[in-house]
Amino acid sequence: MGEIVLQAKNISKHFPGVLANDHINFDLRKGEIHTLLGENGAGKTTLMNILDGIYYPDEGEIYLNGKKVDIRSPFEATKNGIGMIHQHFMLVDTLTVLENVVLGLESQGFYLDKKNISEKIAEISKNYNLDINPYAKIWQLSVGEQQRVEIIKTLFRGVKILIMDEPTAVLTPQEADSLFKILRRMIKEDKSIIFISHKLDEVMKISDRITVLRKGKLVGTVDKKEINQKELAKMMVGREVLFRLDRNPIRRKGEVLKIEDLETHNDKGIKILKGVNFSIHGGEIFGLAGVSGNGQKELAEVIVGLRRAIAGKVYIKGEEVTNLCPKAITKEGTNYIPPDRLKVGLVPNLSTVENAILRRYDREPISRGIFLNYEEAAKYTRELIKQFNIMVPRENVPVKFLSGGNLQKLILAREIREEPALLIAVHPSRGLDVGATEFIRKKLLEERDQGVAILLISEDLEELLMISDRIGVIYEGEIVGMVDIDSANINEIGLMMAGVHKNPLLKGEENVKV
Amino acid sequence: MRPDAYAITIILLAATVESGTILLFPIIGEILTERSGILNLGIEGMMIIGALVGFATAFITGQIYWAFFMGMLAGGLASLIHAFISITLRGNQVVSGLALSIFGLGVTNFYGQEFVNLQLAHTVPQVIIPGLSQIPFFGSILFKQDYMVYLSYILVIITWFILFKTKTGIQLRAVGQNAQAADAMGVNVYKVRYFWTFFGGLMAGAGGAYLTLNCAPFWLDGITAGRGWVAIALVIFARWNPPYALIGAYLFGAINALQFQLQSMGTTIPSALLSMQPYFLTFILIIVATLLVKAKHIGVPKELGIPYAREEK
Repeated sequence: MGEIVLQAKNISKHFPGVLANDHINFDLRKGEIHTLLGENGAGKTTLMNILDGIYYPDEGEIYLNGKKVDIRSPFEATKNGIGMIHQHFMLVDTLTVLENVVLGLESQGFYLDKKNISEKIAEISKNYNLDINPYAKIWQLSVGEQQRVEIIKTLFRGVKILIMDEPTAVLTPQEADSLFKILRRMIKEDKSIIFISHKLDEVMKISDRITVLRKGKLVGTVDKKEINQKELAKMMVGREVLFRLDRNPIRRKGEVLKIEDLETHNDKGIKILKGVNFSIHGGEIFGLAGVSGNGQKELAEVIVGLRRAIAGKVYIKGEEVTNLCPKAITKEGTNYIPPDRLKVGLVPNLSTVENAILRRYDREPISRGIFLNYEEAAKYTRELIKQFNIMVPRENVPVKFLSGGNLQKLILAREIREEPALLIAVHPSRGLDVGATEFIRKKLLEERDQGVAILLISEDLEELLMISDRIGVIYEGEIVGMVDIDSANINEIGLMMAGVHKNPLLKGEENVKV
Repeated sequence: MRPDAYAITIILLAATVESGTILLFPIIGEILTERSGILNLGIEGMMIIGALVGFATAFITGQIYWAFFMGMLAGGLASLIHAFISITLRGNQVVSGLALSIFGLGVTNFYGQEFVNLQLAHTVPQVIIPGLSQIPFFGSILFKQDYMVYLSYILVIITWFILFKTKTGIQLRAVGQNAQAADAMGVNVYKVRYFWTFFGGLMAGAGGAYLTLNCAPFWLDGITAGRGWVAIALVIFARWNPPYALIGAYLFGAINALQFQLQSMGTTIPSALLSMQPYFLTFILIIVATLLVKAKHIGVPKELGIPYAREEK
């Protein structure tokens, strides 16, 4: 293994009210993949943002090849050979691949020599198997391709140290594998890679060494060969983690949701659902897998009435609810856990009480004529807080100050208390820590056992496999596969997510509507 | 075509180019400003400041080109107020722009008092381009103009070239489409925005100065008469692309020229109705342009009107 190329000593960074990094030591060797592992909020991204010059540390020093450096901006980081690929790609949608690659480069003259640049890009592409058309606009590319553009950008700048912040979060398992191949190719060329993740299986697959952070503190650095997944999980969480949730056998009841040939447009007016068919019974969790942007979000919105269907029908308990207003659909017993907690799920500047009563402020006993009964509202809120173990500093604090886990618990509590027949949960555990994730999943299972029909939309395959009874795969607005949990195979689902593979079951129409 | 009708057509179209140029400068400036993510609704204010400074300089010194330059510079300086508020202070760009427009009208009203109803002895001289002006029909319309008009032609080409063919253009578009990404790639978002906001101010000033140095060589309060607002509407019509700005600007130039011609020929249409036309047409163009933008999902810089700050927790 190579010599140390980068060393961070005693790094500390405060944000108001949080110590995001508490005296952290970290080093990186030439030609290795060093994973930074930790839960959300452990301080991984903060530490990397410091190396990339986005944040400046309150304390501590950074050494590059033994020399102390002072990195004040991402630009300076690049000059020092450090490049970072963020979770949200730093690409300009309306520009071409080529234009994105040269953006901000000093070495280019005033006039762009596109031919020369595209030749250079082609050379890098060939070297590292990063197939891309330099004249394509970014918005035309898939997420996996966009990630390749980000990698090309760093290689074009001669970066020696590449930081990747949760690069696989947006990829199908197959795309992730091809990314890993690219990364392995890069370390052979003596590049060094820092890989940020909280997915244990892929960490074990790709890393040479692993550094674990927890709540801003360094837990330790280990060699991959000397550790297993279970021990890593313990280091990361600080306690034993359940990899499986116990699940009662399914007791399927009557059909609750039925979708027939549903079509709709996305925000850009392009048809995103192209004839979706499925149904969900009471007491069943139907998991919908798919890479983001294949119509999942729009499907949920059509069912709850936030988006118009242009064709097809939605039935709840046998009644047609297509294109009714959201309130009417809620009355039919549909509740919704939206993907974006603070934009759709809650009103950020209203208090916990006001958010908790959003579903019933217009009903007795909380409503009293045109007035609100605040005592009743507070009483009801306290019930939810207790029942769902929500941590709230005071009931009248705006909810935007609550943590992600508590926000999600509050939404879940509010929706479940309406005793729905159908619960639609979109990315219910995204961005939550292990504890909150476990809580949310357990609650969903409890509801299922109570006979609720649940549509679970998630990009987290592990989650889908853990709690669904049946998994459907959506690709480009169509359900391309449907598997029972007992026969589910992660590879096959991955291939269907990538649109490579169609479920043979689906060839006969009658099988679609299981 | 009868010879006199032919002659009138040429005169009308040449006048179209002249009045169109008053709008063309500010439209091009605002296109680039908005491309960088800054919405400057202060064009009317910057134009009228440019108009007064240009007029006053010409009146006092008699130097037309010097006056044009000063008017331009005055517009540029005025735009820095907006730049400071919206870029450095991250204020609300709509409010700041409106304030700049009102400020411009007020300040020229005050300092222009002593110039009211005065006339310039000389306007911008015609410069006939040898060769090109001999082209039948178009030569007399396009190339028997003055240096400012020729400058506007060149600007359309240069700004288009900069936008789409140069490093500077990529930086400009990147800042307006995704400031965070541009920042991460080492582009100085603030610098880019200051520069192009200033450029927009220079152009607004140029449009204003051209108005009082050529088309209306006298001074009246509120002499720009809403042209700044028309320019803002035409930026949308041009879909943030300089060559399209030509179409919008000359369309309005034609209406202006026609209206003037009709009035001088003694039409029976009330002059108030005639003067209303440009603003009425603005409405129609905006509706058309908005429908176009919607249908083709193009144009609007995504960061338009949004202040940029590095994300700190």
